[in-house]
Amino acid sequence: MKLRIIHSLIITFWFMLLCFPLVVLKIDYLEKSIRFRWINLFLTGLCVFFISLLWRYFLSRRRKYFLRLPEHFFDLHQSRLIRSKPFLFIFSLVFLSLPLILPNYHTSILITAMIYVVLGLGLNIVVGLAGLLDLGYAAFFAIGGYSFALLNHYFGFGFWASLPIAASLACLGGVLLGIPVLRLRGDYLAIVTLGFGEIIRLILENWEAFTKGPSGIPDLPKPGLFGIQLDFYSSTIYLYYLLILCMLAAILVTKRLSYSKTGRAWVALREDEIAAQSMGIDTTKTKLTAFGIGAFWAGIVGAFFASKNSFVDPSSFTFHESAIILSIVVLGGMGSILGVILATMILVLLPEYLRFLESYRMLIFGAIMVIMMVFRPEGLVKSVRQQYDFKNLK
Amino acid sequence: MDLYFLELFFSGLTRGGIYTLIALGYTMVYGIIGLINFAHGEIYMIAAFIGLTFAGIFSILQFSLISILLIAVFFAMLFSAAYGYTIEKTAYKPLRQASRLAPLISAIGMSIFLREYVILAQTPDFLAFPMLFGDLELPEFMMDFIQPTETIIILVSFFLVGILLLFIKHTKTGKAMRAISQDREMAMLLGVNSDKIISFTFMVGSLLAAFGAILISAHIGQINYNIGFIIGIKAFTAAVLGGIGSIPGAALGGLTLGLIESFATGYISSDYEDVFAFGILVLILIFKPAGFLGKKEHKKV
Amino acid sequence: MKLTRIGVLILVLLTTLFYLGAGNAVFASDTIKIGLAGPFSGDLAPYGIPPKDTVRLAAEVLNRSGGLLGKQVQILAEDDQCKAGTATNVASKLVGEGVIAVIGHICSGATIAAMSVYRAVKIPVISPSATNPSLTLENKNPNFFRTIPHDAAQANLQVDFITRHLKAKKVAIVHDKGDYGKGLATLVAEGLKQKKVEIVIFEGITPGAVDYSALIRKVKHANPDVVAFGGYHPEGSKIVTQARKRNIKASFISGDGLKDPSFIKIGRKFVEGYYVSSPADISKVEISREITRILKSKNQKAGNFGLQAHAAVTAIFNAVKKTNSTDPEKLQKALRSEKIDTTLGMISFDKNGDILGSGFSMYQVRDGQFVPVKW
Repeated sequence: MKLRIIHSLIITFWFMLLCFPLVVLKIDYLEKSIRFRWINLFLTGLCVFFISLLWRYFLSRRRKYFLRLPEHFFDLHQSRLIRSKPFLFIFSLVFLSLPLILPNYHTSILITAMIYVVLGLGLNIVVGLAGLLDLGYAAFFAIGGYSFALLNHYFGFGFWASLPIAASLACLGGVLLGIPVLRLRGDYLAIVTLGFGEIIRLILENWEAFTKGPSGIPDLPKPGLFGIQLDFYSSTIYLYYLLILCMLAAILVTKRLSYSKTGRAWVALREDEIAAQSMGIDTTKTKLTAFGIGAFWAGIVGAFFASKNSFVDPSSFTFHESAIILSIVVLGGMGSILGVILATMILVLLPEYLRFLESYRMLIFGAIMVIMMVFRPEGLVKSVRQQYDFKNLK
Repeated sequence: MDLYFLELFFSGLTRGGIYTLIALGYTMVYGIIGLINFAHGEIYMIAAFIGLTFAGIFSILQFSLISILLIAVFFAMLFSAAYGYTIEKTAYKPLRQASRLAPLISAIGMSIFLREYVILAQTPDFLAFPMLFGDLELPEFMMDFIQPTETIIILVSFFLVGILLLFIKHTKTGKAMRAISQDREMAMLLGVNSDKIISFTFMVGSLLAAFGAILISAHIGQINYNIGFIIGIKAFTAAVLGGIGSIPGAALGGLTLGLIESFATGYISSDYEDVFAFGILVLILIFKPAGFLGKKEHKKV
Repeated sequence: MKLTRIGVLILVLLTTLFYLGAGNAVFASDTIKIGLAGPFSGDLAPYGIPPKDTVRLAAEVLNRSGGLLGKQVQILAEDDQCKAGTATNVASKLVGEGVIAVIGHICSGATIAAMSVYRAVKIPVISPSATNPSLTLENKNPNFFRTIPHDAAQANLQVDFITRHLKAKKVAIVHDKGDYGKGLATLVAEGLKQKKVEIVIFEGITPGAVDYSALIRKVKHANPDVVAFGGYHPEGSKIVTQARKRNIKASFISGDGLKDPSFIKIGRKFVEGYYVSSPADISKVEISREITRILKSKNQKAGNFGLQAHAAVTAIFNAVKKTNSTDPEKLQKALRSEKIDTTLGMISFDKNGDILGSGFSMYQVRDGQFVPVKW
C-alpha cells in the first residue's frame, strides 16, 4: 500500500511537471503579462494522484475484473434474466411508453441514439464482420440525408417516397466505393475510405447550385402518417416509434445475415482473406455486399436524421462523425449487436447527460473513451457466434 | 516553365515539407507497432503552445530573437517528448496485446482529451505566434517565388529526413527499431528491450512534431487548439501515400500531396483542392496498393 | 413471490421515470429561465463562449437588483457544437425545461434546424449572430429575432464601398466555405456583377489548412484591385499576412466576422489598412464600455458576438418587464414594438424580426485600431 502511494506520488509529480507550462503559466507576450495560476496546479495534482491510485489498482487487476467479465457479467446473450419472458415484456413496455412519460427532450435524444444504433449496426457489418476498416462511413449517412433533402426540395417527394431511393443510392455509393478498394488492405483501405468521406462532404459543400452549399437545405417534412396532421410533439413521438421499428429491422436483418452463408463468408474474410479465398469464397462479391449492405442502413437513417432535424448541412457529416460511429462499433465489441447498443448508450447518451459538467464535458468524454478501451480492449460485449449443441440435436 | 509554375511549385514544396515533418512521426510509430497514432496532430498542437509559452516568457525578458527561437524549440521538444512518452504509457501500452482497432479508438479518445485540455488550460481563441525568424532576406530574384521562412521549412524537413535515415541505418537503437518492426517477438528473444524502443520511437516522433510545430507556427503566425487536426489528417494521408512505415516514403508522399494541392489550387480551383488531393490518392493506391515505397505484404496461410 | 418482486421493480422504475419527467415542472416556478445555445466546445467554441459570458453577466446584474417579476433569472446554457443534430436536441431540452426565451443559436445552420422546435412552442428566439437572410426574410419564423443585421445589408454596403470609394475594376473574392463566409461572399459577388465589376477569382479555402500560399500566388497573378474575404478573423489574418509578405498591394475588405480585437493582435502590422464592415460603432455606447470593462476584469471578453448577445438578453428582460408576463405571444409583440437601450445603442425590431437602429458602417485598421471610415 505504502509503495503504491509513493508510486502514485511520483506519477503525480511527473504530471504536474508536464502540465506546468500550460496549466499554470498564461503568457501574453504582446501585453507583456505573465500570470501564474498555482491553484490549478494543485487541483491537477490532486486529481492525478487519485486517478493514478485507482488506475494502477484496477490495471493490476484488469485480468481479474475486466477481461474475464464476459463469462459472468457482460455475457448478456446467455443471461437468464434477459431471456426470461416477463423481463422482455416489461422491458419493451417501458421502452415503448418512454416517450409518453418523458419530456420531449429525452424522446429527442433517444431518437438520436437509435439513429446511431442503426449506424453502428451498419458499420458493424463492414468493420466488425467483414473486417474492412472504414473511416468514411459518414459519407453514406450524408448520401441518405441529402437524397431525401434534394428529392424533397426539387421534386417535392415526401419522406416515404424518398426513403427507398435514399437507401438504394447509399447502397450504390457503398458498392461504388467498394470496387476500387478491393485490392487494398488494412490501413490503406482506411485512408481511402477517409478520403472518400471527405470528397463527398466537399462536393456537398462546393456544388452550391445543386446542394445549396454550406447553408444547407431547410424545411424538410416529418414522415407522414396516412395524411394525418401531427403537431410538433406527436410527430416526435411518432418518429420515436418509427425508429424503434427501423432499429428492430436492422437488428433482425444483421442477426439473420450474420448467421447466413454471406455472414459466415464475411467472418471468414475477416479472419484470413487468403484462406477464405482458397475455400472458394468469392472475395469480390463478399466485400461488395458488405459495403453495400452497410451503406444501405446508413442511407435509411440518413433520411430519418434529415427529417428529424428538418434540415441538412454538410457540417453534420464530418470525419468526427465517422470516428464516433467507428468508436461505437469497437467499444461495443466487434461484431456484437448488443455491444453496439450499449456503446451507443455510452457514446451518444453520455455526452447529453454529462451536460451539467459544462466545459469539462468533452474532456471527460475523451478520457472515458481511453479508459474503456484500456480496461476492455475487446469491447464491452464479446461477440458470441451461434453454437450448436450435440445434446439438443438428439 | 513560366514564373507562375515555379511559384506554385515552391508553394507546393513548402506544404510538402510541412506535411513531411508531421508524417515522419506517423510513419515511425506505424512502422514499429502498426498503430495509426491519431493523437500525433495533438502533440504538434501542444508543442506549439509550449513553444509559445516559453517564447513569450523570454521575449518579455528581452532576449534576442535567435535565442528565443532556440529556447522555444528546445522546450517544445523537451515537453512534447515527455507528452509523447506519457501518452504511449497510458493509452497505448496497456493495449499492446489487443486487436489493432483498440489502440486506434484509444488514440481518438486521447486526441479529444488533449484538445479539450488545451482549451481549458489555455484558451479556445487564436493566439499570435511571434515571427521568430525576424525579417530574413533572400536575394532579389528568389523573393519573387519563395519566402525566407519557406526556404527554411523545406531545407529543415529534408535535413531531418536525412538525419533520421542515417540514425536508423547506423546506430544500435536504429537497428533495434528495424528489428522490432520486422518481428517484435523475435527481436525480444534476441534481447531487444521492446518497451524501451517503442517509448523511444514515440519520443522521437514527438520531437520531430515539436520541431515542425515551432517552424510552421513561426511561419504562419497564429495558433489555436485546433491546428493539429487538419495537418494530422493530411500528414497521415501523406504517410500512407508514400507507403506507411517508410521514412523516405513519408517525404515522397508529403511532397506529392503538397504539389498536387498547390497545382490544383493554382490551375483549377481551391474549392476542390482536397477533392483532388484525395482523388489522386485513391488513384495512386489503386495502382500501387502499398503506396510508393511501402513493403508489399506477403501473406501466407 | 417472484412476481411481486418484479412488480415492485416496475413500480419503482416507473415512479423514478415519472419524477424524472415531472421534476422539471415541479421545480420550475422558482425562477425565470432563459435558454442560451451555441458552441461551447469543439472548433467553433470561440464564437459561443463570449455570448455565454455576457449573458450570464447580464443576468447576474439583474438578479442583484431583484430579478424579473420578483423572481431570479436563471440562464441555461447548452452546447450545440454548431451541429444541426445536436441543436434540435438542445432546443427540445430548453423547451422541456420551460425557458421563456432563447438567446441563440450562434451558427445559422444550427439555428435553422433548432427553429423547427421553437416554432412549435412560439417562444421568442433572439440570435446574436445568425446572419443567414432566409431566417427572417421568408416569413417562416414569426418568433425569430436577431440583434445583428443580416448578410444582405452588409453585402450591399461592401459593394457600394468597393465600387464607389475604392473604385475597383477587378475584384478577387475568397471565402471560407462556411455558411456565413460563403453566404456573404456570394452576395457581394452578385452585387458586384450587377455593377459590372470584373470578378477575377471566386474561390473557397479550407479553414485550418496549413497555409494558403498557392491561392495567394493565384491572387497575385490575377492582380485584383480589391480582395474581398468572407469568413472569420483567423483565416482573414492568415490570408492578409501571407499576401502582404508577397507584396500584394490590393485593398482587403471583409465583414463583421473580422471585427475582433484578436484580428489586429494576431495580424500585427500586416492587417494595417484592412477594411471591415461591421455594425455601427458601439465603442462610445456607455453600456457596452461598461460591459467590456467588467468582462476584462474577469478575464473574459466580448468576442465577436458577446455584445449582441447582451443586447438580445436585455431585449428579453425589457419585454418581460413591460408585459409583466412570460407569455410567448405577448413577449413577441413587445419585442416588435419596444425601443430598447442596449449595448448596441437604441434598438428595436422590425416586423420580420431584424434589428433596426444598428446599421453597418465601414472601418479601417489604422495604428492597431478599428477606425470608422468617412466616405
